[in-house]
Amino acid sequence: MHGFDASRRHLASEPVNDRPQVGLFVTCLADLFRPSVAFASIKLLEDAGCEVHVPAAQTCCGQPAYNSGDRSSALALASQVVEAFEVFDHVVAPSASCAAMISRHYEALFDDGGWIRRARALAARTHELVAFLTDVLEVPGPASRFAETVTYHDSCSALRELEIREQPRRLLAGVAGLRLEELRESDACCGFGGTFCVKYPDISGEMVKKKVADITATGATTVLSGDLGCLLNIAGRLKREKSHIRARHIAEVLAGTGTPAIGEPAQDE
Amino acid sequence: MTARENILARVREGLAAHPADDLRRARIEERMRARRRGTTPARARGDREALRALFTEMAREAGATVESVSAGEVPQRIAAFLRARNLGPEIRTGNDPFLKGLAWQQAPELAVSRGVADADAATGVSAAAAAAAETGTLVFTSGADNPTTVNFLPETHIAVIPASRIKATYEDAWDLVRRAHPPATLPRTVNFVTGPSRTADIEQTLLMGAHGPRRLHILVVADG
Amino acid sequence: MRPSSTNFRANARAAIANRHLQQVLDQTRTGFVSRRAAAVGRLPEFDRLRDEAKAIKDHTLAHLDLYLEHYEARVHDSGGTVHWAETPQEACAIVVAIAREKGARTITKGKSMVSEEIDLNRHLEDAGLRVVETDLGEYIIQLRGEPPSHIIAPAVHLSKSDVEALFRDRHPDLDPGRALDEPAALVAEARTQLRRDFLTADIGITGANLLIAETGSSVIVTNEGNGDLTQTLPPVHIVITAIEKLVPTFEDAATILRILARSATGQELSVYTTFSTGPRRPGDPDGPEEYHVVLLDNGRSGLLGSEFQDVLRCIRCGACMNHCPVYQVVGGHAYGWVYPGPIGAALDPALIGLREARHLPNASSFCGRCEEVCPMRIPLPKLMRHWREREFEAGIAPRTQRFGVRLWAWFARRPVWYRTAAELAARTLRFLARRRGRLRRLPLAGGWTRHRDLPAPEGRTFQALWRERHKTLRR
Repeated sequence: MHGFDASRRHLASEPVNDRPQVGLFVTCLADLFRPSVAFASIKLLEDAGCEVHVPAAQTCCGQPAYNSGDRSSALALASQVVEAFEVFDHVVAPSASCAAMISRHYEALFDDGGWIRRARALAARTHELVAFLTDVLEVPGPASRFAETVTYHDSCSALRELEIREQPRRLLAGVAGLRLEELRESDACCGFGGTFCVKYPDISGEMVKKKVADITATGATTVLSGDLGCLLNIAGRLKREKSHIRARHIAEVLAGTGTPAIGEPAQDE
Repeated sequence: MTARENILARVREGLAAHPADDLRRARIEERMRARRRGTTPARARGDREALRALFTEMAREAGATVESVSAGEVPQRIAAFLRARNLGPEIRTGNDPFLKGLAWQQAPELAVSRGVADADAATGVSAAAAAAAETGTLVFTSGADNPTTVNFLPETHIAVIPASRIKATYEDAWDLVRRAHPPATLPRTVNFVTGPSRTADIEQTLLMGAHGPRRLHILVVADG
Repeated sequence: MRPSSTNFRANARAAIANRHLQQVLDQTRTGFVSRRAAAVGRLPEFDRLRDEAKAIKDHTLAHLDLYLEHYEARVHDSGGTVHWAETPQEACAIVVAIAREKGARTITKGKSMVSEEIDLNRHLEDAGLRVVETDLGEYIIQLRGEPPSHIIAPAVHLSKSDVEALFRDRHPDLDPGRALDEPAALVAEARTQLRRDFLTADIGITGANLLIAETGSSVIVTNEGNGDLTQTLPPVHIVITAIEKLVPTFEDAATILRILARSATGQELSVYTTFSTGPRRPGDPDGPEEYHVVLLDNGRSGLLGSEFQDVLRCIRCGACMNHCPVYQVVGGHAYGWVYPGPIGAALDPALIGLREARHLPNASSFCGRCEEVCPMRIPLPKLMRHWREREFEAGIAPRTQRFGVRLWAWFARRPVWYRTAAELAARTLRFLARRRGRLRRLPLAGGWTRHRDLPAPEGRTFQALWRERHKTLRR
């Protein structure tokens, strides 16, 4: 077990400085499907004055195992995350779902008093990206431009586990050219739910159809969210319906990265 | 072992409780004696006038009609109410002393009969034991004074309540009922009534008069 | 009621394909949700009341044995009788025995989920009794021979034309020329029909929303007044209820009543809230001569002290299912038993067994709306997860699923292996999607692609790109 104290910022050969040391929790979905979300997150964090590190020993927060009832696998993954990230000032994830897993559910997985303390300490330093930017770093609005009508889907984790609702809207209000149309029942689940969408695909399908109908009704040309699970689900349905509406992660719009939207073909292929 | 013994044993096992734990028993008995209240709605605060106004507003919102009258006017107001709706002058009521003491001779067209209501009774008249202004709720107690069937079987229910019986909250109304009955002898039935009978069971369409009265008319009688 | 929860998948598919049901579900969901929101918005004390209500129930459950004893003694003091039943069969036997002893022929019933749980109507009918449901929604589904699809609005899945057809078919005295196309006419017809039964019934059976230990009272909550006619007119009143309904005092009941109707239908209070204590008093001109309470356990005692104890706080308001996106898609019947929706997912495994109910805790995206609106602050998603854990340990979860999760975890715990596998997956999927940017079909991903395309990955994993970038920087 590591003993650590205030001088815990020994990060290999990195210099110690005054900037907040942030460990980026990439999330398995961003890593596999959309690295540009992680790059956008890093840009936003660096622009806000953080020094961002990406521990190699990270894979998954353990939520799929946890929600499937496999507590032992969830515990093993939680230990891995705690060990890899507790050295940082903050842990930031571009996903409310992963951030909530770490900050709200890790502690209860452990029996050992020492691990419980470590998990609790890590939880206090773990944040979802947008909330971190607005509530912890209190950054002014981003200087990016996105001249479209957009609508925003609140992921259930963001809304109900981390109480994030107003923060993304505040940041989007500062994006030049962006017009936000609120989604009817923006608090309704899109039907992703991790393994739920493949265990009960017909029910999930009906839920995402409703979500897409609500999105279409806003007249928006792009739908944004803070969770890639929701976005892959929604984008997948938009594509199946041959909709022209595009789906992106909010980090991409705030950072002004120009990657093709989710599910779109690359420009040059 | 009887079902009772088995169930209690399993309950105690789950709670890791000992049946002969006198401290526990004393604590729950004290809690029941104390009858501590929870949070009551701030809206149900104010003087008599404010409470009466709140009661009237909430009762109307629940679909009842409400008028303020003096004691002497009650029988005439009842007669007028029935006339205005083309309802017959026959009314069923109990032995309630307050109602009995009213000037029925002032409304000779009313045909007053006393006792339980049967299927034919079209209009029931009863006196409420108390009311809670917080939701415009009337409180009736069973017994010969105000038979329960009078409140439920007829299509039209006319409730008379002296204004001083209108309290702020359910708890205050209940206290009034308890004061009228010796300890540990509640009436068989205490009815909290908020508006006329309704259902939304068919296509969520709200309709009055499912099985209880279709109409609830409340006469608040000035007193004190 | 016989469970058919193992058929959940097929039930759900049928429900989705049922356009009539889908239309009804669409119409009802916004009503319940908006009315509750409006009622809560009007009462600033609502959230504090939820905390107090939770504390009341937690306290009562922590001393349930003593409160049950106290309650029983008060019922006896007021002239009533308490019967204890460990199982549904015992409970039915008690009621049948009372009916036989009284020579009863017709029984009127107020709405009672516990009576559904124990299949009471069927047992009474088998014993030669005629049972008439008096709650309008329950009456309608009784005529149709269906179970309820919602705990407070049992006929919510039917349209007015369904009901018209039903009455025309089953009410012998109904004049064929009479117009029944409006709900008001249907309600009037039901009122006329049921009045006869109210007045001639030998026994009236109700449930109990709450039991008050201090006074030995049972509390029922209705809007129609059917519960009151059921329990006032016949000479015998039987309350069929369960052990977790107790609260210590009237004041405790008042706190809970303040949040019950608001959570259920958005009303300030149900039209009729009735407190009954024992049989008629000497000198009462009406009311039953006998008052019986049947207290059912049926697995509830086993939940005390377990990780599922919180579920016993439920006051059966229905808010959870009204707000549940899964319930809004499949309706109540799909769950296959008495308690549908999130409360069903949390409670049914305890009452009908985990194997029978195994789908219910799984058919949830854990969106959390249920817990958000539950007046008693029951942590429904957490309870469902606990059931999933039990299933995983007991090997009830489907083998492919357990294998898939274990396989994923195996890789995830070995970051080097994981990175290699992820990089391979990213490149492969990208290749398969070629120019299109998405995949319409993918082996082993039928669940996903049935209703959605799979967006293609960008082609490299972030970890691979990050390490390349750093290698370049360091050089």
